[in-house]
Amino acid sequence: MAPTRSAASAGAHPIARLIRRRLAIGVVTLFLVSVVVFLATEVLPGNAAYAILGHNATPAQVRALEVALHLNRGLFDQYWVWISGVFTGNLGHSLANGLPVWGNVEPRIINSAVLVFVTGAIGALVGVTVGAIAALRKDGWFDHVTSVIVLAVTSLPEFVVAIALIILLSTVVWHVLPAVSLLAPGTYAWSQPELLVLPVATLVIVIVPYILRMMRAAMVEALESDYVEMARLKGVPEWRVVLVHALPNAIAPTIQVIGLNFLYLAGGVVVVEYVFNFPGIGQGLVNAVNGRDIPVIQFIVLILAAFYVVMNIVTDVIALLATPRRRIAR
Amino acid sequence: MAVNAPAAPAARPRQVQRIRRHQWGSVLWSAARTPRGMTGLGLALFVVLAAVVGPFVAPNPPDALVTLAFGKPSGQFLLGGDYLGRDVLSRVLDGGWVLLVMAACATALGIAGGAAAGVSAAYLRGASDGIIMRAADVILSFPQIVFALLLLSLLGPQLWLITIAVGVSHAPQVARVLRSATLDLSERDFVKAAELQGMRPAKVMWKEILPNLVSPLMVETGLRLTYSIVIMAGLAFLGFGQPPPAANWGTMINENRDGLSLNPWAVIVPALLIALLTIGTNTFTDAFARVAIGVNRRPEEAALIDDLGQDSAE
Repeated sequence: MAPTRSAASAGAHPIARLIRRRLAIGVVTLFLVSVVVFLATEVLPGNAAYAILGHNATPAQVRALEVALHLNRGLFDQYWVWISGVFTGNLGHSLANGLPVWGNVEPRIINSAVLVFVTGAIGALVGVTVGAIAALRKDGWFDHVTSVIVLAVTSLPEFVVAIALIILLSTVVWHVLPAVSLLAPGTYAWSQPELLVLPVATLVIVIVPYILRMMRAAMVEALESDYVEMARLKGVPEWRVVLVHALPNAIAPTIQVIGLNFLYLAGGVVVVEYVFNFPGIGQGLVNAVNGRDIPVIQFIVLILAAFYVVMNIVTDVIALLATPRRRIAR
Repeated sequence: MAVNAPAAPAARPRQVQRIRRHQWGSVLWSAARTPRGMTGLGLALFVVLAAVVGPFVAPNPPDALVTLAFGKPSGQFLLGGDYLGRDVLSRVLDGGWVLLVMAACATALGIAGGAAAGVSAAYLRGASDGIIMRAADVILSFPQIVFALLLLSLLGPQLWLITIAVGVSHAPQVARVLRSATLDLSERDFVKAAELQGMRPAKVMWKEILPNLVSPLMVETGLRLTYSIVIMAGLAFLGFGQPPPAANWGTMINENRDGLSLNPWAVIVPALLIALLTIGTNTFTDAFARVAIGVNRRPEEAALIDDLGQDSAE
């Protein structure tokens, strides 16, 4: 990110300054996040090596593990070893299976990224389309039916949605899709695309209500606005009023909600990947927490938090750019 | 599940003025009489009743092996057996109350901590504001369930630790909402008057500001309660709940899903109870927000649209 560019473009467009400020805050937040992750896992009450090995461990075993975890050095040294490892890809070895952490986690990151972005794209498309239709048919039966479904689905935990889909589509009622993925860890999701169907469907069902509701509210607002009234009075055809005048203005606030849903997905993948045994970063985190695999926990939590911080900045910047009022200097 | 909206601007302060002190009871009552509110309250109360009365009326001990593994429902065992041959009905009746108590405690913790942080950040301004809100940003950078898992990796799934982790992960979002509501309030005449009388800042916040924040506080409580239930049931589902022999709806769904084709009720009933509970609390919160704030849309939507300048100028 861009502290180096700031000198060159100082005094530039006000929105550039806002974006730079946002980036700077993001970098500071990321640094603090890394400290929290490090402290939470490294500074165990008592000794981390004992906590992992149990109290029956021999002193030699404890000593060896302390060296492996760099526990024999000072706190600042430990943090430095870890954070420089994050940037050079040298993250040490998993305590569970002795394999390098990066090699362990990298295929998982890619699988989860596929899951998140496929879900985000489908969810945005469905949410915007259905939301716009509900707004056009405001107070009609379609609007009422979607609003009731939306209210019910928004509050459902994702594992309940997942279990409902499994009952419907892969066990009790019909048997058309695999209930759990049999992908070995380390293989990529696209080698068997049908395994993506249920995890994606679950997450789409969970995020669509938010996008839909926002789109509907914004579209209703836009359709009642003066500029739409004006366009209609001018005799602009109705399809043009909807697509050219109302829709773009309604999409601006919706984009921000779509961004927030990507943030949600960073946490949502944890449970959904576990349900479907999908070899992604969330399943990796659950396994690592179960096995107290500290190097893996640290790295995965840091990746998820970094994704969260970066998506947050992207969302804010898009919202800034999409809002004419904000482009003016304050 | 909930989108934790870190970037979403909080409900606008003008909403705060709708409910004055001592009126919130009647607002709660009128929310409960709307069709939405009645449905929500009914669903939530049904599940709460089942969880609270359940342990006393369960026909079998929850951990007794009394029937066949994944046994089909019969006259004696209405919902059949679970993966070890324990009575599903008894486990369902026994498996809710710990979840409810933990969710309520986490919500109380999140609301109290978040309100204290948000109100003091906005009222004291300056350095305290900066520090509090930066700390909130850091906690908000973790998805809530990931934050909970991070803390659990320290000491294992202790129930008090789960409760604290979920409560702490709620606090920053509550703080943001209350901070922006307080910013507007603290410029008002009645606050200025109290300050001129020499009232101490802590007392101004407690006596003058907080009573005017009842409406956003109650909406937040409803939202956070729903999210607490969702996250805690999710953690139990992942295996981070009470240790094994104990019954818990989230745990039951996970341990019995291998037998879905043999006895689906062992999964369907706990999943349905969790679903009815979260739908109930969320629907009631929605009804309350509509009555209290008086807009036909959610506060966060109104705020987003206002913020993006789509609203008519004020």
